[in-house]
Amino acid sequence: MEERLPDAGPKAPGTKEKTEEPIARFLVSSSPHVHEGIRIRSVMGLVIVALLPASVFSIYLFGLPALFTILVSVASAAGFEWLWQKVVRRPGTAGDLSAVLTGLLLALNLPAGSPWWLILVGNLFAIVVAKQLYGGIGYNIFNPALVGRVVLLVAFPVHMTSRWISPSAWGMDAVTTATPLGRAREALLATGSVDAALTRNEAIDLLIGNRAGSLGEVSVILLLIGGIFLLAKRVITWHAPVAFIGSVWAMAGIFHLANPARFADPSFHVLTGGLFLGAFFMATDYVTTPLAPAGKIVFGIGCGVVTVVIRLFGSYPEGVSFGILLMNAFTPLIDRAFKPAVFGARRAKTA
Amino acid sequence: MVAAIIALSALALVASFGLAMVARAFAVPVDPKVEEIEGALPGANCGGCGLPGCSELARRIAEGRADVDACPVGGESVARSISRIMGVAFAGGGARKTALVFCAGDDETARRRFYYNGVKDCASAALLFGGDKLCGYGCLGLGTCAGVCPFGAIEMSALGLPVIDPSKCTACNKCVLACPKKIIKLVPVSRRVHILCSSHDKGAKVRKACSVGCIACTKCVKEAPEGAIAMQDNLAVASGVPEIPDSVAAVCPMNTIRVVDLGISAPADAAGAAAEGAAS
Amino acid sequence: MKSGTFFGGVHPRYEKDLAGGRPIETMPLPARLVVPFAQNLGAAPKPVVKKGDEVKRGQLIAEPQGFVSVPLHAPTSGVVQAIDVFPHPVGADLPAVVIVPDGKDEWAPGLNVERDAGDLGADALRGVIRDAGLVGMGGAAFPTHVKLSPPKDKPIDVLVLNGAECEPYLTADHRLMAERPAEIVEGASWFAKALGVENVIVAVEKNKPDAIAAMRPAAEARGYAVRALDVVYPQGAERQLIFALTGRRVPAGGLPMDVGVLVQNVGTCYAAFEAVRRNRPLTERVVCVTGRGVANPKNVLARIGTTFGDAIAFCGGLREDAGKIIGGGPMMGVAQYSLDAPVTKGTSGIVVLTRREAVQYAGDPCIRCGRCLRACPMLLNPSVLSVYAERLRFDETAAHHVLDCIECGCCAYVCPSRRPMVHHFRRAKAEIRKKQARAV
Ligand code: SF4
Ligand code: SF4
Repeated sequence: MEERLPDAGPKAPGTKEKTEEPIARFLVSSSPHVHEGIRIRSVMGLVIVALLPASVFSIYLFGLPALFTILVSVASAAGFEWLWQKVVRRPGTAGDLSAVLTGLLLALNLPAGSPWWLILVGNLFAIVVAKQLYGGIGYNIFNPALVGRVVLLVAFPVHMTSRWISPSAWGMDAVTTATPLGRAREALLATGSVDAALTRNEAIDLLIGNRAGSLGEVSVILLLIGGIFLLAKRVITWHAPVAFIGSVWAMAGIFHLANPARFADPSFHVLTGGLFLGAFFMATDYVTTPLAPAGKIVFGIGCGVVTVVIRLFGSYPEGVSFGILLMNAFTPLIDRAFKPAVFGARRAKTA
Repeated sequence: MVAAIIALSALALVASFGLAMVARAFAVPVDPKVEEIEGALPGANCGGCGLPGCSELARRIAEGRADVDACPVGGESVARSISRIMGVAFAGGGARKTALVFCAGDDETARRRFYYNGVKDCASAALLFGGDKLCGYGCLGLGTCAGVCPFGAIEMSALGLPVIDPSKCTACNKCVLACPKKIIKLVPVSRRVHILCSSHDKGAKVRKACSVGCIACTKCVKEAPEGAIAMQDNLAVASGVPEIPDSVAAVCPMNTIRVVDLGISAPADAAGAAAEGAAS
Repeated sequence: MKSGTFFGGVHPRYEKDLAGGRPIETMPLPARLVVPFAQNLGAAPKPVVKKGDEVKRGQLIAEPQGFVSVPLHAPTSGVVQAIDVFPHPVGADLPAVVIVPDGKDEWAPGLNVERDAGDLGADALRGVIRDAGLVGMGGAAFPTHVKLSPPKDKPIDVLVLNGAECEPYLTADHRLMAERPAEIVEGASWFAKALGVENVIVAVEKNKPDAIAAMRPAAEARGYAVRALDVVYPQGAERQLIFALTGRRVPAGGLPMDVGVLVQNVGTCYAAFEAVRRNRPLTERVVCVTGRGVANPKNVLARIGTTFGDAIAFCGGLREDAGKIIGGGPMMGVAQYSLDAPVTKGTSGIVVLTRREAVQYAGDPCIRCGRCLRACPMLLNPSVLSVYAERLRFDETAAHHVLDCIECGCCAYVCPSRRPMVHHFRRAKAEIRKKQARAV
């Protein structure tokens, strides 16, 4: 814990004495006087570590363009945060790694080989507009990385939705292709039905990530490993991810049963798109999701429902980002609805 | 996308329509005087009158449950227009006041007895042994007063003392109530000489804690005209009448007594302001 | 829900090894004793001595003011040097009487005599306990005789001896249980008699196996049960302890007697033994002087009024890097600015932390990680409470039950933003109480 307080202690300016011996010797604060040692930085660090397997795999899959995307995104996020704090002269949260995490998450939401300016614009919106203009960490309402992504999606749809590189190590023979969700959508538009049957091989491909997509959404298994790591470290709780994924599966399943020709298999919906990335790493973001367990479940279900509705009926093939962002807006409301009950039944006020 | 925007706008339209209906259904008949009075009040909702907002005060004034000059912020002109609305005579109030901090113990002059680490708020700091200043009466310097001032009249100096801008201060009394050490008081802006200390400790103790505290040497009492300054429990206190002449500041060995510019710099102006106060 | 424990809580670094193995040492009389009048919850007793008076050990020096108040006794024989304001370990500067010991340590007449006490009835016992100046010695310092006088409609059927000592670092109760089990249990039996209670449970955290082993035969000889509790903070907090032992929930805003339970600290039981059987008022207590900032951590039997400075000097003095002096434990104790603060009846320990060990609160914004929600044993939402308190919206904190906060500190202990949570809540409570007082 190298950043612990230096021996000089905090400054009590009146004590920088001229001649007499200092009067203030001891630190005085309210109890408790000891701390577990955790910092914002350590929490953010754990999330970044949990994202590493998926990030590294994306580099393996998409090659240098993926590495480029990640590096530029992380650097620009950290840069914007630093710049902002310089400009408004607000000390404090720089160095808490939250901007690095935002940059990484945004990178994982971008197609490999995104041009540098696209990444910069995305991070500008994520860090400055979605986070700092709301007051910085702790005060933002919307998930910064997702705001960045959605801004890009709306402003530069071509770059965001049709320039997918198909996986091939080191990206040497990159060809433009479509994501599985995109393909399903095109098929639906062209023929009026999706080829719904998810073959065993396709399912395995989706699981390990052998498919086109944005960097972080490709490998379900590695994302799951990261998620389980965070659960084990008690950085996140299971409520939101389970509710999210479960409700996507259930919703898609109902539609599939109703009309298998038009609506794809629920497993297809669960395994495609950014669902795992969203469920484990963005629907669990501290600042923008509800605090109480019950609230987290409601939040997850809401995300799932919106995701499926957009995927099936909306004009975008993917709905995870919209789902989470929409539910972010409801977070304060959900928080108010689910107050934990105090230990011990409330007694009628007699005094 | 377009469909979504249309749908959302439609929703907003329906909602606002609904709200309007509700507002109408639940509207309460208001005394027209209340609205008029509310219009005359400053509308800052500062709470200085002790009520939650200007409309509440307006209602009380209209019902005769509060005086026409109950708004401490509005001053005379507001009081006069309200008295016109109410149709009562208004006698005219006292001189304009401003808040002043009765402590000069900043980071260079006052010593601290421990390293405080906690909520950056004076009232919270005061929960721990009354604060970290060695002087138990002094300003804690965390700016609670600046935080509660609805008019932005208080700024913390670099050395950790609040500086009140008399031109912005409306004497709303909020800082006076918020200060846990009770060292902010309202004083007439016409008064020039102030004793900037609140410590009732004995001289020796004061000297140890602060280089600008009142040590109760009584030099000022002797220098000032009869009755202008009295010693109260080891502290020199100005009575207000007669005024303390500027010359008294010079005799204070601790530089506790100072000529403070409250916006009325020359004595002639002060006389003018006083006259104006008397005329109304 | 595991049995034998409660919701929430944390697992701090206990650091009990620092002083845990050290037998209780009796501290020699210091050069002066500073005895504050306010040593019990409720009204402080009023002085009956003045400067220059000679006093004997156990002589009354301040008489109680009302029912919720206890008398105060001279901790040794000597001369009253002054009555003045001193730093008090509760976190304020309060009046105290300064006694210069004459070194003879003579008891006042009639005191310090063995008595059988078998024929004392419930009322007589309560009287003896009150006259001895007994208060809860775990830290809260609530007058013991008041606890022993429950209203008729709140019968007590369980007496709990609190030996959990869940505060990190502290080992005073631990040593007392290991060394004086028979006396503790006998003291408890007087409480049981005063209350007419049969069911007595001795509760000890599992991390004190020697204390459990010592208490077991003594307790079982009287038919009392010894329960080994899971090691989780705040296991020793009354509500959590009662829930863990009996499954009963003290209602929010209520007292243990609302569910028929009375909790007494083991130190108080020992003091009751001394009062009833030896006719000795409360003039000394076991204090655990510990922490990495003291040269030689010890458990000492010290007179009430011994200054922290004297007690620490007896334990080898401060180390170079001592940064924080705490009266009580590091989770709920009060930081002291001066070594002149004295040991009072409620001082279970003096913990000296190094600058490095002491937490530095930062007050960064809440990142809503929810860790405090999971830690809070009262199931409050400390995050929301702290945000409202920070914005001075105290009515909202009341609506979110800040008054039910037991100030255990679990929330602040786990907060990655290092928010001074308990400080916020103490402020909010103070404001709410002020407002309530005005309303009445
Ligand atoms: S809110 Fe109060 S009771 Fe809950 S953990 Fe914090 S200090 Fe303990
Ligand atoms: S532990 Fe701290 S940062 Fe986390 S929710 Fe609680 S107050 Fe907020």
